[in-house]
Amino acid sequence: MTTLTPTRTIKDPKTGQGGSGVHPPISDGGGDGRGGNGSPDYGQRLRRTRLGLLIGLMSVTMLFVGFTSAYIVRRGLPTLDERTSTYVRDWIPVNLPVALLLVNTGLLLVSSITMELARRQITRQVALAPVQSIPGVSLGEERSFPWLGATVALGLGFLTGQWMAWRELANRGFYLATSASSSFVYLLTAAHAVHLAGGMVVLLYAAITSLLRKPVEARRIVVDIAAWYWHFMALLWIYIFALLEFAR
Amino acid sequence: MATGEIIHAHAAPQGFIRKYVFSLDHKVIGLQYYFLALIAVFVGMALSLLMRIHMIWPTAVLPLVGEIKPETYLSLLTMHGTIMVFFVLTTAPQSGFGNYFLPIQIGAPDMAFPVLNMLSYWTTFVAFVILIAAFFVPGGAPLHGWTGYAPLSALPTAGPGQQLGADLWITSIAIFCIASLMGALNFITTTLDLRAKGMTMMRMPLTCWAWFITAILGLLAFGVLLSAGILLLLDRNLGTSFYVPLVVVNGQVMGHKGGSPLLWQHLFWFFGHPEVYIAILPSMGVTSQLLSTFSRKPIFGYRAMVYALMAIGLLGFMVWGHHMFMSGMSPYSAFAFSIMTMAIGVPSAIKTFNWLGTLRKGRVRFHTPMLFAIGFVSLFVSGGLSGPFLAQPVLDIPLHDTAFVVGHFHLIMGVASIFGIFGATYYWFPKMFGRMMNETLGKIHFFVTLVGTYSIFMPMHYLGMAGQTRRYSQFTEVAYMQRLIPLNTFITFAAFITIAVQFVFLFNLFWSMFKGPKASDNPWEATTVEWTTTTPPPHDNFGGKTPVVNHGPYEYSVPGAPRDYIMQTDPATVKAH
Repeated sequence: MTTLTPTRTIKDPKTGQGGSGVHPPISDGGGDGRGGNGSPDYGQRLRRTRLGLLIGLMSVTMLFVGFTSAYIVRRGLPTLDERTSTYVRDWIPVNLPVALLLVNTGLLLVSSITMELARRQITRQVALAPVQSIPGVSLGEERSFPWLGATVALGLGFLTGQWMAWRELANRGFYLATSASSSFVYLLTAAHAVHLAGGMVVLLYAAITSLLRKPVEARRIVVDIAAWYWHFMALLWIYIFALLEFAR
Repeated sequence: MATGEIIHAHAAPQGFIRKYVFSLDHKVIGLQYYFLALIAVFVGMALSLLMRIHMIWPTAVLPLVGEIKPETYLSLLTMHGTIMVFFVLTTAPQSGFGNYFLPIQIGAPDMAFPVLNMLSYWTTFVAFVILIAAFFVPGGAPLHGWTGYAPLSALPTAGPGQQLGADLWITSIAIFCIASLMGALNFITTTLDLRAKGMTMMRMPLTCWAWFITAILGLLAFGVLLSAGILLLLDRNLGTSFYVPLVVVNGQVMGHKGGSPLLWQHLFWFFGHPEVYIAILPSMGVTSQLLSTFSRKPIFGYRAMVYALMAIGLLGFMVWGHHMFMSGMSPYSAFAFSIMTMAIGVPSAIKTFNWLGTLRKGRVRFHTPMLFAIGFVSLFVSGGLSGPFLAQPVLDIPLHDTAFVVGHFHLIMGVASIFGIFGATYYWFPKMFGRMMNETLGKIHFFVTLVGTYSIFMPMHYLGMAGQTRRYSQFTEVAYMQRLIPLNTFITFAAFITIAVQFVFLFNLFWSMFKGPKASDNPWEATTVEWTTTTPPPHDNFGGKTPVVNHGPYEYSVPGAPRDYIMQTDPATVKAH
């Protein structure tokens, strides 16, 4: 029998399950998340949650694949003109506020960087936690810039910028129902904004858990998957922007 | 995704609400899905009975519903299809049995993300409530069929049910999509990451393979349906023109312009065809499991079965156009879709061949679950054989939208899949409830249902070839259809009898739950991991132990073994093939 076990190739540093490696131990609910039997296995949880996120992102991708194929089909369709009874193209290229959208893109890319710094910050915290828990050992004051807060602020900045872009489009006479092309601009940007807002809710959740003194390993999982999700959202935005600008 | 405590870290809950309502236990959630589907299937069945009655007595005044007007008939048809496809065929075999038995069969204590699992059930529940609510709003339920073709579905002025009813319909479908995506995510992660030691992918029971591949299909298909649904909602409520061209309704020009009704059909069927396999693959998995168990033989060609499942899943995404041969598509694309569709016959034939190979020279034990598995093979063959007919544009054009198509897809997607659900129910009932179901009632249920469903759906092929169309509410006055009335009457009476015998099943189910004889841990002498644990399984499935798998899933009649079967968790020293 050949084996097909893609999930076992990653070394699990914290299993301690006699090699069984795929069983989450039943938590006793207490504990500080380290050492001893019955404590949650965070390394395994992290891997599993990342896998879940990857699969979840596939479904997000399929949602936008659906929108994209609708965009391409609708863009190429001729439509019947009732006055002349001939087929004409009714696709009006939307005049996007490119400068504003470029600023927004910049904001989102910077937020992706701060998000990555937040992810690395908490990863370092998790790595250092066992050392720091030894009585009498101090690693000095960790410089802890609030990268998560910065990411949320930049994300809010991006969403505000998108709102301004919609206002600008409206000023130029492009409303949701003006033409199919403007419908798609609003649809794609709004769908992306909703997904990004979902990411911000997760970040806020991470901030709340830090107040609730959840173990840093548990918080790290939230920040880690939020980070990958956030990077995906940045990529998705660049894709949407390129589609709307270059295939209009 | 938003919680830190996502992964199985919950102790057995105590209160009623945490234990039975908002439970995180995959077994409770599986049963919740199952009972939701059970309610849905009886609602859907009642609607179909009303349609059958209306077909032969179009002017009859029925209790509760009164006289069935054409628009009522169309809303019955829409709701029957939607309820059956989404809330029965998608919900019971995948979300119901999959939730309950996937973790146990791979030796895991729970699904990968229990909170997400609970959310996914309750989201499904909300979707069902919203769908049923469509009956009770002004104008009633929508008329556009389960496929919701635009522009009918996109214009609130197009008919009585097309106002609020259609909005509720599409909202319900969109919510169902989100629930299914969450479920699919959970199934895939669980299968990839939570397998017990020794449970390699190629040692998984074929049920697990089927649930896994179905989850992948769901993950890729429901996202597209969601996008299509959002566009439809925008067209209906915010005046966009994705699907609606310049239309005149009742002499009034609508505000839309330039949209394409075909766009909806493409997006819908890109989901819709994989959905057919989402409905049938889990039942294929169950059938493989049952045929092997009750023939006391290893499944014939395990690997071929796995690869055939994969091939069916893959091809399922490339054939959506065969639903649209009538839409005026280019003959070249129609040809391509036609070839791909007929190619699905190859993996389907491999599966059928292997099922028959499993039965051959087996020491068959004809328990009720086995009968339903054999019934599945029979229905799969007779329903499947009309597939290659419809796959050819030249034949599909006259047969499209006739009763022929209704007969075809009810046999293969509806009844075959339901037979898988019945087989699974009779097979796993002892594990789920700790008691056995009544065999005599089960056999009565099987034989009447088998003969009954054939009597209902086989004649529909003839009706279709004779020209009976699909969605017309009334045809008894049409001259050329006069001669079809006796056959239609026969079908309606067959439906009466078949539906009546489902109450025998219902009685058996609930009676056995409380009064059936106690079941042992492994009443069928089966090999897979769920039969190693106690009946019913404890909260963490294995009572604190973690199973270790040493054998393949179907080691029956092994020469030299002490019993005629080797369980997957038996020590490796037991000789296998």
